[in-house]
Amino acid sequence: MREVAVIGIGETRFGELWDKSFREIGIEAGLFAIQDSKTKGEEIDALYIGNMSAGRFIDQEHIAPLVADYVGLAGANLPATRIEGAGASGGLALSQAYMAVASEVHDIVVVGGAEKMTDVSEVYAQEILASTADQEWESVFGATFAGLHAMIARRHMHEYGTTKKQLAMVAVKNHKNAALNPNAQYRRELSLETVLKAPMVAEPLGLFDCAPLSDGAAALVLCPLDRAKEYTDNPVRIASCGQAGDYMALHDRKDICTMDATVVAAKKAFKYAGITPKDVDLAEVHDNYTISEILAIEDIGFFNKGDGGKATEDGQTALNSEISVNPSGGLKARGQPVGATGVAQAVEVVRQLRGEAGERQVKNARYGLTHNVGGTGASVIVHIFDGGV
Amino acid sequence: MAIPRFWREIPSRYNLIGTECGNCGKRYFPPRIICPECHRKSVGKMKDVKFQGKGEVVTYSIIHHAPKAYEMQVPYIIAIIEFEEGVRATGQIIDCEPEDVEVGMRVEPAFRKIGEDGKSGVIYYGYKFKPA
Repeated sequence: MREVAVIGIGETRFGELWDKSFREIGIEAGLFAIQDSKTKGEEIDALYIGNMSAGRFIDQEHIAPLVADYVGLAGANLPATRIEGAGASGGLALSQAYMAVASEVHDIVVVGGAEKMTDVSEVYAQEILASTADQEWESVFGATFAGLHAMIARRHMHEYGTTKKQLAMVAVKNHKNAALNPNAQYRRELSLETVLKAPMVAEPLGLFDCAPLSDGAAALVLCPLDRAKEYTDNPVRIASCGQAGDYMALHDRKDICTMDATVVAAKKAFKYAGITPKDVDLAEVHDNYTISEILAIEDIGFFNKGDGGKATEDGQTALNSEISVNPSGGLKARGQPVGATGVAQAVEVVRQLRGEAGERQVKNARYGLTHNVGGTGASVIVHIFDGGV
Repeated sequence: MAIPRFWREIPSRYNLIGTECGNCGKRYFPPRIICPECHRKSVGKMKDVKFQGKGEVVTYSIIHHAPKAYEMQVPYIIAIIEFEEGVRATGQIIDCEPEDVEVGMRVEPAFRKIGEDGKSGVIYYGYKFKPA
């Protein structure tokens, strides 16, 4: 295996992008990343795109060659592959690209992540999200995606005394970070009171405990580390990736309050990178619901099991505190175009490690981590990035 | 939903038929074709077994924002139930006010309408749970 670097990043604004089609946002993010990397189209060996459900959101399957075509590379017969792993689709696309470069199959690879969610009704979009749980034994009985996460939250409250206020503090923090992110869907702060008074979606989760439906795309360009300086002055090394799976249905998991796939994926990633959770300066974690961030910071190993709520309430995950969690605003406030998430997390981490994050810059950041979840935890992928190269 | 998709699950949805591994004896609901403990030793040895479905609430949520098929039911309770037989299943809790449900509450299965394919389509039946 050879070392791999990120040499280019790009993303669209996240939000309700009604004036733009799927192919347009895919191209926009890809072009930004390619321009940022100073690579030429003909140098690109392959394209991997993370996308969860274009077939249901826009009635379009086979989206990887579509984007390759409209980015102008069909004539070059560029191999383009779509990767699907529910909410983890973007992170899985990145890992496939990483392995392709690390294993010397390809040299220059573009990774995209894209989802167009607002071309369907909100209710239908929620049904599509619920289809990432077990359709036959969870969703069919009326378990919504929010409802499944609400059941995790309820059990976490029961076992560890986690409070609704602690859940709400995740949203408050992430909105505060997103207010500093020009590409975020919600660039405004939320008061604790607003979050707590919001209408209930699935008790104990209210409207502001849930990440929004979004359109958006993100992209990265990867190349072998030893060639990275040909393209950029500040490459970021991919130190490791770790992926793990688990039982599909929440009711079959060993412990409802622990995502074992996160525990295992993070352990693999830390082992291969040769660092510990204490070495990480910032993390983009999968906060599709506020409870998800609390589970993530416990299961990755930043805090002990059961302490995630209190750590959040005490400000230990705020920007430039003990560990900066979701400096971009996370899925909660930056937005959640599902298939783009894992790639957008990597874009943010690379931007931070380059020192280009502006007002939300994490100081003296060397190691950044991304944590991307599919379903209620049946797929998890963790990447660790090293800016000290 | 096409009719066969629901029809083929009827034994489990109507009568809580799960499976028992002929190798280690462990029971599963919903049914499995392969035992996650015994792997290939269980292939062809999974037997049907009926569950009683009495148990207790492990966790729950009250759903206020529901898919189209369930929007007439809100607010409704969805829960994970641990059967006395050791397995867990997801289902609705009925005959119970949302404010009365709690972790640890005893429940038993009830045969109820689960949903329908529009006004003139097939009606789906299956298990829900009620306080015991």
